[in-house]
Amino acid sequence: MTTITRADAAAPPQPRRIRSASSSADRRRQWWGWAFVAPFAIVFVTFLIVPLVLAFIMSLQTSTLAAGTTFTGLDNYVKAFTDPLFLEGVGRVLMFAVVMIPAQLIVAAVAALVLDSLATRLAKLSRLLIFVPYAIPIVIGAIMWGFLYSPRFGPAATLFDLFGLDAPNFLGQDTVFFSLVNIVTWQWSGYYMVIIYAALRSIDSQVYEAARIDGANGWQIATRIKLPMISSSMVMVVVFALIGTLQFFTEPLVLRGVAQGAIPVSYTPNMYAFTLAFSYSQFNYASTIAFALGVVVFIGSYLFLFLTRKQSGLK
Amino acid sequence: MNRTHAAAVGSVAIAALALTACSAGGASEESCTNTIMNEEATQVSVWAWYPAFEQVVDHFNETHDDVQVCWTNAGQGNDEYTRFSTAIEAGSGAPDVIMLEAEVLSSFAIRDALVDLSEYGANEVRDDYTEGAWEDVSSGDAVYAIPVDGGPMGMLYRQDIFDEYGIEVPTTWDQFEIAAQQLKDAGAPGVIADFPTNGRAYNQALFAQAGSAPFTYDNANPTEVGINVNDEGSKRVLEYWNDLVQRGLVATDDAFTADYNTKLVDGTYAVYIAAAWGPGYLGGLSDADEDAVWRAAPVPQWDPANPVQINWGGSTFAVTSQADDPELAAQVAMEIFGTEEAWRIGVEEAALFPLWRPMLESDYFRDLEYPFFDGQQINRDVFLAAAAGYEGFTFSPFQNYAYDQLTEQLFAMVEGEKDAGTALDDLQETLVQYATEQGFTVTE
Repeated sequence: MTTITRADAAAPPQPRRIRSASSSADRRRQWWGWAFVAPFAIVFVTFLIVPLVLAFIMSLQTSTLAAGTTFTGLDNYVKAFTDPLFLEGVGRVLMFAVVMIPAQLIVAAVAALVLDSLATRLAKLSRLLIFVPYAIPIVIGAIMWGFLYSPRFGPAATLFDLFGLDAPNFLGQDTVFFSLVNIVTWQWSGYYMVIIYAALRSIDSQVYEAARIDGANGWQIATRIKLPMISSSMVMVVVFALIGTLQFFTEPLVLRGVAQGAIPVSYTPNMYAFTLAFSYSQFNYASTIAFALGVVVFIGSYLFLFLTRKQSGLK
Repeated sequence: MNRTHAAAVGSVAIAALALTACSAGGASEESCTNTIMNEEATQVSVWAWYPAFEQVVDHFNETHDDVQVCWTNAGQGNDEYTRFSTAIEAGSGAPDVIMLEAEVLSSFAIRDALVDLSEYGANEVRDDYTEGAWEDVSSGDAVYAIPVDGGPMGMLYRQDIFDEYGIEVPTTWDQFEIAAQQLKDAGAPGVIADFPTNGRAYNQALFAQAGSAPFTYDNANPTEVGINVNDEGSKRVLEYWNDLVQRGLVATDDAFTADYNTKLVDGTYAVYIAAAWGPGYLGGLSDADEDAVWRAAPVPQWDPANPVQINWGGSTFAVTSQADDPELAAQVAMEIFGTEEAWRIGVEEAALFPLWRPMLESDYFRDLEYPFFDGQQINRDVFLAAAAGYEGFTFSPFQNYAYDQLTEQLFAMVEGEKDAGTALDDLQETLVQYATEQGFTVTE
């Protein structure tokens, strides 16, 4: 560690000493910069870069129970991208992205727009209440919903009973998808709402005045002025949501505890990697799956940022 | 100037490294849940999740001057195995002695994670255990663990519910089916039993009763495995249960969930096909029906003329290959549940079923009256006979995977996607493919 830092920093920047006085001041400043960055850099390299490199090396080896470990190059990657369990998992998280992200975005945007146009004390309270689910740890939230969905402990049976109906099984094979969408939307909409709300507050109110003078009504102001002006925040929200959804893990893992049949171990790529490593001790193939998922996430986010480069202000 | 700054950078780096090194050093220091009685003695670290185990550990530590047990509860079943598995991969962090269920011994032995205890005198205690129990922990001359408790199976049932609907206690599976139908026809609010698709070892035990021997595997020959999960016995059992499921005579709730636990004790299920540790499990559940009258009976049979006894669960103590002093660790594994005092705690406080013969064959254990069953001597009536008939069982070296696949297939079956035979055929195909990928020579 020390040597890397030292070598980088000590490398003389200019071979020709033209402005020696200022260059020595620069160098001094550089040293202080490195000193301040060092604590972070050490932690960053030790706990992120090194494990990543080690995991990548692992992903190039194949270890089987009976035949030991051998170096197999990219074989694992070929296997991963033809592994039906992995591909199904990727397909499933993409489905989640298609359903879940618009749901969260609509809830968040509508809540933010409504709160932005209200100025009562109730608005402040509502803002807080919408945000509260985000403050609950994900695992606790998922466990709580597990109980709410439970046919025995949950309120659904009682509610449906009032109308003489049978409560649906929220943890069945076909319904668990929407149960998960509901949990995530409940948990994250408030967070995205705060981001969008902050963006709305930063719009100069003169813009609204001008619009009103031109005869725009509330709906028109919201859809024609506010939303286009905060599009870069919206893009950011979608990128966050996209990355989070492709790495979907905690909620299905917790719900698996009460619905093992409906949520198999390879439900999402992250769950699959986790199970391979810690239940089936296939650490090498699990590393491959993790990197393969990383590739999918990278491509997905890049593609989205490319398609929305106009809205996000990247272009 | 440069030198001072280089020194500054260097010292920050060293400080950071030192901090990391500190925390790494701290992890190897054991933190015991129990109090160490004799600070001077060598400590042996133990992971286990038995109920009331602290009392057993205290008893051991009080009676030993040269060695002390440092006990940690690293989680139950799979939680502990996950930690152990990670420690094996990391090369450090495993305890000296670990509680493992018999079914996972091969899975860890194949990864060279367990010490062969025959080198440390394990064969001298061999006579303290029954044939079947020893069969489960050994392979040829090698001994991978010391048996602790077993899970001979019986049928726990609600006498009050049976009486209310006029149902006879079934002794065969045919009678069980009739009883299930009677209960439904009488309009009972619950069902006779649950058929959990995630029953894992439980489902396997039901198959075994009809002669299923799903795996052949020998630790001495670790690259060969025999897989036969779709034999006639398994299919017969699964067809029977699938029929009950499709007719709505049994529930298909996941086992070991809060819902299931409540239903076990609130009368939703009239029967709990259970292992000998089942009563202890029921006793620990809340929301129990206060008027419940529980009784134990032998597990129903396919052929009453040739009764077959089955086993569900049961655990052992193994010594890990990361043990600092394998000999001392082996001594702990053999002695911790090797006294009558320890077993009194185990039986009375933890409701364990001993495999240690001096306790198993004692009059005390045979005649023990269980308050949960209003004084019924369940060992005499049910479990001792069940344990005596158990001949051991062979599990695969990838048992966790096999169970996960079994759950998937059973779930697909109860959802009506496939019939029992197809489910087991598909399971066979998946497991053979997996074993081949893992480098085994597979015989079907």
